[in-house]
Amino acid sequence: MSILINKNTRVVTQGITGKTGQFHTRMCREYANGKNCFVAGVNPKRAGEEFEGVPIFASVRDAKAKSGVNVSVIYVPPPGAAAAIWEAVEADLDLVICITEGIPVRDMIEVRDRMRKENRRTMLVGPNCPGVITPEEIKIGIMPGHIHRKGRIGVVSRSGTLTYEAVAQVTEMGLGQSSAVGIGGDPVNGLKHIDVLKLFNDDPDTDAVIMIGEIGGSDEETAALWAKDNMRKPVVGFIAGVTAPPGKRMGHAGAIISGGKGTAQEKLEVMDACGIKVTRNPAEMGKLLKTVLK
Amino acid sequence: MKIHEYQAKEILRKYGVPTPKGIACFSVDEAVNAAQTLGTKVCVVKAQIHAGGRGKGGGVKLAKSVDEVRDLAGKILGMQLVTHQTGPQGQKVRRLLIEEGADIKKELYVGMVVDRGTQKVVLMASSEGGMDIEEVAAKTPEKIHKVMIDPATGLKDAEADDIARKIGVPEAAVPQARATLQGLYKAFWDCDASLAEINPMILTGDGRVVALDAKMNFDSNALMRHPEIVSMRDLDEEDPAEVEASKHDLSYISLDGDIGCLVNGAGLAMATMDTIKLYGASPANFLDVGGGATTEKVTEAFKLMLSNPNIKAILVNIFGGIMKCDVIATGVVEAAKVTHLSVPLVVRMKGTNEDIGKKILADSGLPIISADNMAEAAERVVAAAKGKH
Repeated sequence: MSILINKNTRVVTQGITGKTGQFHTRMCREYANGKNCFVAGVNPKRAGEEFEGVPIFASVRDAKAKSGVNVSVIYVPPPGAAAAIWEAVEADLDLVICITEGIPVRDMIEVRDRMRKENRRTMLVGPNCPGVITPEEIKIGIMPGHIHRKGRIGVVSRSGTLTYEAVAQVTEMGLGQSSAVGIGGDPVNGLKHIDVLKLFNDDPDTDAVIMIGEIGGSDEETAALWAKDNMRKPVVGFIAGVTAPPGKRMGHAGAIISGGKGTAQEKLEVMDACGIKVTRNPAEMGKLLKTVLK
Repeated sequence: MKIHEYQAKEILRKYGVPTPKGIACFSVDEAVNAAQTLGTKVCVVKAQIHAGGRGKGGGVKLAKSVDEVRDLAGKILGMQLVTHQTGPQGQKVRRLLIEEGADIKKELYVGMVVDRGTQKVVLMASSEGGMDIEEVAAKTPEKIHKVMIDPATGLKDAEADDIARKIGVPEAAVPQARATLQGLYKAFWDCDASLAEINPMILTGDGRVVALDAKMNFDSNALMRHPEIVSMRDLDEEDPAEVEASKHDLSYISLDGDIGCLVNGAGLAMATMDTIKLYGASPANFLDVGGGATTEKVTEAFKLMLSNPNIKAILVNIFGGIMKCDVIATGVVEAAKVTHLSVPLVVRMKGTNEDIGKKILADSGLPIISADNMAEAAERVVAAAKGKH
């Protein structure tokens, strides 16, 4: 088992004709079961063509009808990315993973509002995220496959490279990951820490979770408070940005301390109080994890 | 992106928000002309900088005559205005807003931001205007009223009226307060703002609602569809290093420490800064070179870090995923040569083609200190900065 995706997942790439979409579709197809998993692409103007053997359809709906896809990955540039998310939601896929960075917040507010009002069941990961991987089965996104190894540790993070850092530490210790989920660095996004913790909690093949957060918002606190009463597995954490100055956007659109809220200190304290072991040293996430494993 | 008060008022006026009459000026002569054009008994001379707390810092003054305007404009233009938001060095005043005086009976607060929890725009309002809203939130949270605005409908009449009454707008002025709040929301939404604030929104002696001050920040992801807002950008108000960085598509923020860091990925960049602090020093900057760093980009990043006179050592921390370590290593060696690097350089590289990357660094003949993990890298760069390598 794993969460969100596995070797039976069938993926459509939205934005398959762009440079980024092509590069990463190729990389994902080369990873584990990728050739069987990545079965369709979408571009309304290029329907009927193919990319390295992957057929291109006019719409996500078409791709679903003809290839049986249940998950989409989006590399569409920012101006059209929110519309691409909505197209996948309307096609009633299980999951949409939006890699695109730089989507206007207003576009995300609109698409999230529609998803809620219409009670759509489609889950969204991202935007501005590295994607999701279930090692040795399937990789959907831009993460380097080779640092992962199949195992029983779940990883959830707002940051891409910091996820890789955690994953590599876990792998180096001889352990592996059940799934690793990058939920993205934008202020308005899909799945949050709490949602991914819930999925890991219910996954019989996950023993413990590394939760990585950063300054801005209060999603980490929300997740920690939920975990305190509900999580049956140990969680360890790290929060980036103890040294970040207030009022400055630290690379990620969502990484900003505003009005004195969303500091790393505050998050670390709440996590700690909720029984999540935290480290202030990002080089020691793996080591800390080992201390909580039975 | 931030804009000045007078620019925010220009935008808000288009959305029906009442503001005092005012004219933006760049010189004393312009200020005098503006005062004569306004022709009011009392004028306000307001320093225009991208920071709050201007009044307390001495950047907002009342003038009762044209001579007084001339005198005050001369004093304020060119001054280093220090507020709680500028830091101790202050910000040089280059623009003024000359505005008609207002008859203030009561000061209120209204503001909007994106609420991340509900994923909606939230209207916050308080009867305690003119103060820092954070201070009000901390001391008297019960005095802040909130409405989560439905993106499909916008701010409804009933919601606006209710908020207006709650913050003490008298019944006769409620319709005008409604127009102001709805205008503020429309401006926020249409212009892709990340913050829109009227503080204070005043009630005048004759019962009108007026936006006495205004502040708007914008979502940088959305600037592509707002050339009119981009044209309001004032580069004088921004850190020159950050402006330079944005030209090269680098995400850079100046900090007050002495260890430069160059990292790929925002989260890892922050974590690197934190680790430097953990080992007893302070980062000189935040710098994310992004996923597609080329030799040119790395060289520009080095130049930026080295433009900071405080810098004592540099830490490069790369987790090569899609970005290959050998490419970065070549870039680092090139950059070190081009910039005649004279401070110690510690490099930690991990991921794709790590071994080739390390070999390139070792073979370069440069005195590069290498490290295997973040902790070791931080420890070594801190030691190097103190001259202990």
